[in-house]
Amino acid sequence: MVSEEQINRIVQSYPAERRFALAAMQDMQHAFNYVPEQGLQALAAHLGCGVAQLYSMATFYKALSLKPKGRHIIKICNGTACHIRGSVNLATGLKRELGIDPGETTEDGDFSVEMVNCLGSCALAPVVLVDGTYHNKLKLEDVPGIVEHYRAQDAQEAREAAEQGGER
Amino acid sequence: MSRTTTILVCCGTGCIANGAYDVADAIEEQIVAQGANAQVELRVCRTGCSGECEQGPIVRLMPRDTTYYKVKPKDAKAIVESLEGEPVKKLLYRDPDGVRHEAQAKNPFYGLQHKTVLANVGVIDPLSLDEYVAAGGYEGLKRALDMTPDQIITEVEKSGLRGKGGAGFPTGRKWRSAASYDVFPKYIVCNGDEGDPGAFMDGSIMEGCPHAVIEGMIIGALAIGAETGVLYIRDEYALARDHIQHAIDDAYEAGILGESIMGSGHKLDLSIVRGGGAFVCGESTALMNSIEGKVGEPRPKYIRSVQSGLFEKPTVLNNVESLASIPVILAHGGEAYAQVGTEGSKGTKVFAMVGKVKHTGLVEVPMGTTLRTLIYDIGGGIIGDRPFKAIQTGGPSGGCIPERLLDLPVDFDTLTEYGAMMGSGGMIVMDDRSCMVEVARYYIDFLCEESCGKCTPCREGLRQMRHILTEICEGRGREGDVELLEEIGAMMTDASLCALGRTAPNPVLTTIKFFREEYEAHIKGRCCPAGVCPELTSFRIDAPACTGCGLCAKACPTDAISGERKEAHVIDAAKCISCGSCREACNFDAVLTEGR
Repeated sequence: MVSEEQINRIVQSYPAERRFALAAMQDMQHAFNYVPEQGLQALAAHLGCGVAQLYSMATFYKALSLKPKGRHIIKICNGTACHIRGSVNLATGLKRELGIDPGETTEDGDFSVEMVNCLGSCALAPVVLVDGTYHNKLKLEDVPGIVEHYRAQDAQEAREAAEQGGER
Repeated sequence: MSRTTTILVCCGTGCIANGAYDVADAIEEQIVAQGANAQVELRVCRTGCSGECEQGPIVRLMPRDTTYYKVKPKDAKAIVESLEGEPVKKLLYRDPDGVRHEAQAKNPFYGLQHKTVLANVGVIDPLSLDEYVAAGGYEGLKRALDMTPDQIITEVEKSGLRGKGGAGFPTGRKWRSAASYDVFPKYIVCNGDEGDPGAFMDGSIMEGCPHAVIEGMIIGALAIGAETGVLYIRDEYALARDHIQHAIDDAYEAGILGESIMGSGHKLDLSIVRGGGAFVCGESTALMNSIEGKVGEPRPKYIRSVQSGLFEKPTVLNNVESLASIPVILAHGGEAYAQVGTEGSKGTKVFAMVGKVKHTGLVEVPMGTTLRTLIYDIGGGIIGDRPFKAIQTGGPSGGCIPERLLDLPVDFDTLTEYGAMMGSGGMIVMDDRSCMVEVARYYIDFLCEESCGKCTPCREGLRQMRHILTEICEGRGREGDVELLEEIGAMMTDASLCALGRTAPNPVLTTIKFFREEYEAHIKGRCCPAGVCPELTSFRIDAPACTGCGLCAKACPTDAISGERKEAHVIDAAKCISCGSCREACNFDAVLTEGR
């Protein structure tokens, strides 16, 4: 959840110089999975620049997003090596599983799918990165299993959380 | 007497993705489990990329020089047990005749390379300053500290080093020009925003030998008189960033960075700026805008960065691989460096060779090595021994080179004469199942997304090209489209503001130049000869060739394939989505493609 306190902590951790704008927004992206509007306001006030200037950066850089991302972020590498080894087919497969195109988030907020530029593991193409874990040399038939893996993991965590709640 | 065996576990991005950390952990556990051996002092060293990523995780025992490939955690026991004895046979390199070899050099993937920049990558622990120093690190800096800036620059000029990010501008000349301005502060910037899809050379160098990059920057700073340096590193390269930061911290601690470099009285501060995920920021002036906390748009080119760059001060910006070459040049002399390479391009170049080649990974060869040597001798040829179609070099700004040009030497100038370029070092090998029109569309699509939009020729030219290429790929191509693409391309080359726009039409122009017949087939014949563009391709199974193994049916995502076991299978055209999974799965070339 976005808290004013956390936003302030991020903003205040940088000197009031324009050159730190990108780093501060990346920290917000990391903390909240997106750059919230309050974050832009607070940072603009701190740096003494216009919100519009930060907004232009937030829309320019791919690492930043103004909309909340899903809990699991599936990054399909679409570097050239992955592309010629079928990354687009993986996107089609994910659409069949999740009903969303790259750039979208599922309604339940569980998954975001992104097509990204080269992840630097070209030798293992095609590659999909889910929450920082690499899945290598994927075939279309592997896609349902990957989604299922994270769904099962979530269900397991939810069960454990419920059990712990029950014991209390 | 105690000997030391070092177990090098490759922990480059590729091997980590293949589970290298688990392998290193398992080996460490086994060492404990099997008890300390009085004769052998064991050390597990997590190194940077050792190159042959596709065969990872790679484990190498030194000094006996035994290299194991595709190691799994469960192999750890056998590896530790056999440290002194016979090697674990099944993990060794197997040559095409089936003979196993222990030594790394026996594997042609390594044997034919000439490692200079990569000499320490995959051999030392990237997080250890001591290991870098023991391997000869910071010797170049020591020599530089005894020299005047002019002498340092002369040494770099003698080496003939040219910018390895792709532009090939002579590094010595750039430094001399920046040194000539009496305006302070000056800056040195390392461009680690390696954005070309299919390229991971710079990332691997930063991961595997971060101190070499830092040493190169310190020497550059001494040469031009800079006291502040910035490394701009791609957002996606988390591991590279961590290793560089670690190396910077160690260098400060050891007095190599900071108020007085190795006690010389010269000052240098280095810091990292994390990229924002924009391809155009690899362009030098856009990168500087990004460091200043602005939108990463390029600046007009009549102002030179060496005069007015970062914060409008004289700035030298070099690529990672160029900077990592500097310590070698200073340590052994510019003339020694210039012994390797061709007339106009000295030294070596690191390439990331990927795509449909058997041995994918990171290779370093002398400038002037032919593409054929790279693909067939080092790379081992095409996967499944399929016909070679093209090699794409230089990323989105580069071109597709056909078979008949494979004997050209790869250096800064030769490929350019043929309308392609060496570029930063990405090399993507394509076989007969890669569609050149679709590849061109892929690059234009990429560039369309990444164009900053500041100048009209690039922004609008790319958009129009994308539209035309999409029409062609989806079967709505019209006569005259190819000529129109050529015209737009020429306009963009002439009129765009920065190198991104000026080189953006290259993938289209080179594919038209070398593979015009494929465009014609899409437009006039309404078919995709490679069988890639779904709207122009239908799949069918060649009954006599089909063995009825059922692999295609298993691979099909829409259950469009049916047939009895050991009987020829059939594709239901109504269900088929033309994804090509069946063709990839078939081992008997029984899946055929034709136009619709």
